[in-house]
Amino acid sequence: MNVLLDNLALFREGFLGTLWLTVVSALLALVLGLVIAGFRVSPVPPLRIFGTLWVNVLRNTPLTLLFLVAFFVVPKVLFPGVDSFILAVCACGFYTSSFVAEAVRSGINTVPMGQAEAARAIGMTFTQTMRIVVLPQATRTVVPPMSSIFIALTKNTAIAGAFDNVDLFNIQKTLSNDGYDIAVIFVWITLGYLIITYAINGLFRLLENRLEVAR
Amino acid sequence: MKFHKTAAAAAAVLALAATAACGGKEGSAGDKPKDQTDEKALPKYEVAKDVKIDSPVLKKAQKRGKIVIGAKADQPYLGFQDQSTKKYSGFDIEIAKMIAADLGFTPKQIEWKTVDSGARETTVSKGDVDLMIGTYTINDERKKQIDFAGPYFHAGASLLVRKDEKEVTGPDSVKGKKVCSIVGSTPLQTIKEPKYGAKVTELSKYSECVSQVLDGQVDAVTTDDAILMGYAAQNPGKLKVVGKPFSDEPYGVGLKKGDKALQKAVADALKKHQDNGDYKKAFEATLGKSGSKFKTPPEITEK
Amino acid sequence: MSASVLFDAPGPKARVRNLIYSVAGSIGLVALIAWVCYRLYDKGQFAGELWDIFNYAGIRQNIFDALLSTLKVFALAGVFSLAFAVVLCVARLSDHKPVRWVAVVFIDLFRSIPLLITIFALWVGILGDMTPMWALVLGLTIYNGCVQAEVLRAGVNAVPKGQVEAAYALGLRKTQVTASVLFPQAVRSMLPSIISQLVVTLKDTSLGYIILYPELLYSARLIANNTPVGGVYPTVQTVIVFGAIYIGLCLVLAWLAKFVEQRGRRSKAGIVPTAAEQPEEVAAPGDVAKPSDVSKD
Repeated sequence: MNVLLDNLALFREGFLGTLWLTVVSALLALVLGLVIAGFRVSPVPPLRIFGTLWVNVLRNTPLTLLFLVAFFVVPKVLFPGVDSFILAVCACGFYTSSFVAEAVRSGINTVPMGQAEAARAIGMTFTQTMRIVVLPQATRTVVPPMSSIFIALTKNTAIAGAFDNVDLFNIQKTLSNDGYDIAVIFVWITLGYLIITYAINGLFRLLENRLEVAR
Repeated sequence: MKFHKTAAAAAAVLALAATAACGGKEGSAGDKPKDQTDEKALPKYEVAKDVKIDSPVLKKAQKRGKIVIGAKADQPYLGFQDQSTKKYSGFDIEIAKMIAADLGFTPKQIEWKTVDSGARETTVSKGDVDLMIGTYTINDERKKQIDFAGPYFHAGASLLVRKDEKEVTGPDSVKGKKVCSIVGSTPLQTIKEPKYGAKVTELSKYSECVSQVLDGQVDAVTTDDAILMGYAAQNPGKLKVVGKPFSDEPYGVGLKKGDKALQKAVADALKKHQDNGDYKKAFEATLGKSGSKFKTPPEITEK
Repeated sequence: MSASVLFDAPGPKARVRNLIYSVAGSIGLVALIAWVCYRLYDKGQFAGELWDIFNYAGIRQNIFDALLSTLKVFALAGVFSLAFAVVLCVARLSDHKPVRWVAVVFIDLFRSIPLLITIFALWVGILGDMTPMWALVLGLTIYNGCVQAEVLRAGVNAVPKGQVEAAYALGLRKTQVTASVLFPQAVRSMLPSIISQLVVTLKDTSLGYIILYPELLYSARLIANNTPVGGVYPTVQTVIVFGAIYIGLCLVLAWLAKFVEQRGRRSKAGIVPTAAEQPEEVAAPGDVAKPSDVSKD
């Protein structure tokens, strides 16, 4: 009785579910994280406050609690009838965005001060300084922690399984109901996660090397 | 210094938590669950003395002086735990008390453990609980991992919808509708079949499904009618149960695999209390109040 | 680089523009909060009865018990994971290739497996019979021990080479060098990162729900589902109350990290503590830890 071959369709569904959830949440986290990091260093006080609040609240809340908010509070109070996949993406994406924002901010901090001063000296505005001078240089230092953040995200998607999403961890329940040996199931599921995390790791290694050359 | 402020804040939080732990109103918060159980009508079970059964699980329980029983905590009228008094109530709880009495344990000697549906087989086979009594359907897959005694009740899968729902009237009208149930449950597998063709939402607790149907996130909840009736009675004027039962769910008592002596003792206890009328009294005082009709207890086949 | 370097001291035009942005931003922020509050109000979530459940002694006791069991697991897992991290770190820096190799594989593997799976697998009985509490503690210990080990290693690597050479020149043995020269300094410089990872440990105790350990979030779900008031489930209220508890606990730890960092700055030992605000999950599989720019290996 081979667990993997007998249930290939189920494993594929779970694997793709985890992958898809990871990719979409990662994109959302990246965009939001950049915006929030921008807010945190911007000259406009309310935006700075908003950025700080966002990061502190989301970083200090367990992801499970965010999932509870996403699944039982948001539909009840704000937007009824949202698809569970979108809710899961929001929970994972918002949570991860706070870590992305912090990574970007510390990346910005590593760009030598003279760079920003020079940019200002030739008359660039805040947006221009950020876009043309600071952020491109910050990228190099931001990439390594970013890889850890996205790997953490991949692992965190396992929580989404308890909230109506197809994911790799969740198929464990169906399979153990069918009477397969739980240890064997876990080996295959773990392998699935390892594939994704090592792929992310490799991808970021590649990116790091490319950026190294671009210096 | 900054740290002093932090320390002061932390101390304040701790002090608040400490004062919060004592004081405050007595009694149970929220809707009064007194309508759920008719305390006075509950039968008293005679506790057997010097029970000698050749069962390793029971011997361990006797040694520690307590029997650990797994129950549901979020199913009104069946297995429900009041969060402010921590007391369990419901039909399954009464069944558990009956069996415990015959095994020589008073209600005070029962240690309750809340076990979610998905974790039942594991907790029983690991020995985290001695008996599992919580709307536990007997089926062949589960029998591979644990043993059952019973059945003590027959339920059937049905549908719970909002009161104003017009389109969903039974299992035949759920095509394309969102139906919620818990991960890996049997009615969920059935309703997914092309014959019914529902879109399913899988959560980990039935009460969370009920919350979703109230919020309009899903159109219906499917599981055993006895459970659904309880929720409908808990939310009067908001929810209703529709359609005829479309499956048969015999409830049994889950026990560790291979403990034949205990299985027989539990089955005997069930039979005894069915015959002496305790079963009917317990039913009327709990589940009967949710609108479920009393049915003659089923023949005990797993013994 | 502080934020102020990124933009000029605003001139008259920029001042006006910033003011407009500020006002617009404030209005936007206030509007968002107001809208959420309105929706909450509109759905009757501010009704006194719904919040009244927290006035009951039973519910408070319930929350308090849950808080205690969360803190118990956190304390155990925190202590064990640090002890385990020291062992792993020593193994990772060992002179013997097989030992080093085993440590690398172990750390890489357990950092890549979702903690949820580790905890669940331990509970189901991969390593023998285990109560939910110990499964949770052990799962957290293994995972956080791996991460903390990498943090420690980065700290060890940040100790200037000259110190080790000086210690060997004095005739200290390797054990002595590690115990009295490397580790004390590594711990000191990495303390903020270590505390940040402890915040992660605290948050991760909430994964205990999957193995039915009655911690804070588990109790939150039961309260929300089992205490309807007039047919309304107090989900919003419980989430707010429990969210505040979690954020409060984590902020206390985060402040501690900041305090340690600032105190460390004043010292003259020459090793600067890392910044307190480090992202969680410091390192990637097969990757060396990069919790700070101090670590170069």
